[in-house]
Amino acid sequence: MASAESLDGILEECRTLVEDPDFPAVRRWLDAHPSGKVLGHFQVYFPEEIAHAAGMLPVKILGAGSAVQIRKADARIAAFVCSIIRSSLELALTDRLAFLSVFVTPPICDAARNACGVWVRNLPGLTCQTLYLPQNAASPHARAYLTEEYRRIAGVIEQTAGRPVTDDALRGSISLFNENRRLVREVYRVKRETPWLLSAVEAYTLVRAGAVMPREEHNVLLRRVLGLAPRRPAKPHDKIRVVFEGGYCEQPPTDLLAVVQDACYVVDDDLLIGLRWFTEDVPVDGDPLANLARAYLDGSTYSPVQHDPRKPKPEMLLGRIRAAGAQAAIVAAPKMCEPGLEEQVHYIRALEAAGIPHLVLEFEEKMTVFEQTRMEVETFVESLLFDFA
Amino acid sequence: MTTGAPSRIGIIRNEGRRLMERWWTEMTAADEAQRPTAYVFVMGSLDEILRVFDLPINYPEITSLQTAVRGRSLPLLQAAEGYGYSPDICGYVKADVGLQLQDRRHPNGRVPKPALAIATNMCNTYIKWAEIWEQMYRCPVFVLDLPAWRGDRAAPDPRGGAFRHDRRYVEGQLRDLITLCERLTGKRFDIDRLREVLAEVNRMAGAYHAVLALNRHRPAPFSAIREGVVFQGISNLYRGTPEGTRFFELAADELRERIHRGMGALEEKYRLLLSGTTCYAALRRFAELFEEWGGVFVHSTYMLFAGGGFASGFEYDVARPLESLAEMLLLSAWRGFSTPMFFAQDWLAETVRDWAVDGICFHGVKSCRTTSTGLPDVREWLRTRYDIPGLFIQSDLVDPRLWSDAQLKNRIDAFIESLAARRAAPAPTRLA
Repeated sequence: MASAESLDGILEECRTLVEDPDFPAVRRWLDAHPSGKVLGHFQVYFPEEIAHAAGMLPVKILGAGSAVQIRKADARIAAFVCSIIRSSLELALTDRLAFLSVFVTPPICDAARNACGVWVRNLPGLTCQTLYLPQNAASPHARAYLTEEYRRIAGVIEQTAGRPVTDDALRGSISLFNENRRLVREVYRVKRETPWLLSAVEAYTLVRAGAVMPREEHNVLLRRVLGLAPRRPAKPHDKIRVVFEGGYCEQPPTDLLAVVQDACYVVDDDLLIGLRWFTEDVPVDGDPLANLARAYLDGSTYSPVQHDPRKPKPEMLLGRIRAAGAQAAIVAAPKMCEPGLEEQVHYIRALEAAGIPHLVLEFEEKMTVFEQTRMEVETFVESLLFDFA
Repeated sequence: MTTGAPSRIGIIRNEGRRLMERWWTEMTAADEAQRPTAYVFVMGSLDEILRVFDLPINYPEITSLQTAVRGRSLPLLQAAEGYGYSPDICGYVKADVGLQLQDRRHPNGRVPKPALAIATNMCNTYIKWAEIWEQMYRCPVFVLDLPAWRGDRAAPDPRGGAFRHDRRYVEGQLRDLITLCERLTGKRFDIDRLREVLAEVNRMAGAYHAVLALNRHRPAPFSAIREGVVFQGISNLYRGTPEGTRFFELAADELRERIHRGMGALEEKYRLLLSGTTCYAALRRFAELFEEWGGVFVHSTYMLFAGGGFASGFEYDVARPLESLAEMLLLSAWRGFSTPMFFAQDWLAETVRDWAVDGICFHGVKSCRTTSTGLPDVREWLRTRYDIPGLFIQSDLVDPRLWSDAQLKNRIDAFIESLAARRAAPAPTRLA
């Protein structure tokens, strides 16, 4: 990975990698590890450290964008369901995920809850599991429960991997993933403080590459980019600073992000928030599964698919906007996304009450025409420029 | 049936209506008296605990569907869409938002404001819905996690370690809810009262099962999408009450009398099974489209997951009330809620076999991805493995804009014709 020497070359390679529905980095890993096993997990969050500690390669399954025509999955899933559920299944039904030994889906929404059953029926050779992450996240009993739920899933992983998930191996994996999250936070710092050095699309594809490649390699990649970015001959422009909200599950097409970044600086977002779920390092001392459980519950950010009264989502969005020094927000939601579309209303009310300008967008991962979106974004930005002038 | 005893025919309709009207009278009175009211959902309502505290209990799924039955859902949906909610989200949610926006005035009465909302994770939209009330009324939202079906074919082992962990979590959460209710009502929790309610739920569950079992008879004495919907409503609104139990005992009496007199729900030609929900925006029409061919729905997954979760083996042990409540909630979550929605093929195949069913209607609704997402897949599974005929159609729960009469009629007519052709043809290759 990242054979290119220049920053532009590396970032271009990342984009090619994340848009390839055949998972080239996973196949390279399997070539190098012929007896290796791969665990796929659906959005939003999965404790990848557990799979890694068993020697497996954890890979995020997050749809196929517009790269794959959905044919077989449409015959399996009802009409009013979002695209990411369909295209993820399409990847499996067209053997693009034949390398998976385990597939785990957290029940983040009503469609995802059904996904496990559909996958079990259609992919009999694959171990499919639902991981019940707590929705009663503030309960004093949630941590003990989640630790045991992680222990259960570790058992499934051990059976597949053929080796135990030891505490020491888990601690090593937690350290590796802590480093990865630290580097990703650094990417976001660069994007926030000097958005002209890393565009929204570049930062996004760079982070997303980690979802489909070994983290060891991703850490090397991130370090190289973070070393090269400050030396980039780029100058700041007079652009509106915005936060993009709505990319926690189904991913907006990179071309849609490009449309947004043409008109403004995206200084923070919730894209692939599961990869950045923890707000601080997970401790490596003590019981590692309990540490992962505690971090999930008590040291994490927010998304529309987790209920936690300690984390009121509209207020958290306002906090994200303030922390990023943004002047406005783009509040997006994928088509047919029940939690996203419902949360959007709360976000809009909170933004209105706080007097923060915002643009509401609806997208679909497989959309290919962006002229309407471009017009909406440009009109929004122009109206703000006049307001701020 | 004793000759000379008064006829029970009509009692389901009359008692069902009387109980429904009484419930609305109580809701309206609770609103007028500004009594703290709990908003709950049918899958995991926790009535057992709420009744100990004498909290009025509102079921917004039921009040929403009733707006559609009364032909009044559309303006409520439009009001919610005007407020910002997408056409692509649950219609129940939007009908309720519309109701809240018009000062909670329902065609049947007035619902009180929520003082507490309880949502289980059995439907993620429950949680998002409760968050709307949280924003509107600043009421506490209690989410009960029920870790249920996880992808395994085998049923959970209540004696196994994994189940014990889950039960401990659920029991802990129940204790938290009790503390919350004590704070909200100023009442002390009375465990003996809980025992009474649990015993009453046991009786209701037994009577509910007895009613359902009577429909194995040929001809079926009731329609699962006509009387069945009433049974679901009463099983929720009157869960844990003697009136509720009595209703099902009376209903069983009427059904036995119907059987004794040779009365079927209609002149039965085809025995059908519904997977999914009905369409409340066209409740009567939905049934008619099948009934005009002699098709009667003898059972449904709907009667399992929305009928109190009274799965087989449901019985509280009143000697250890909280532990047993936690256990039964988990087992209901597995057998009563999750499996009939996400992994229904085995239950459907068994019911087709044991209830002499001719075909299955899979009804997907835009409003509910929980019940609808995997229906086409289950249909295909049963067709290819067991040669069970299935029809997949789509409309909605409460949105009349999504009811396409001509299209649905074409599909249903063709399906019934295929059942007729199948019956006429020799069936050497069909599986037993």
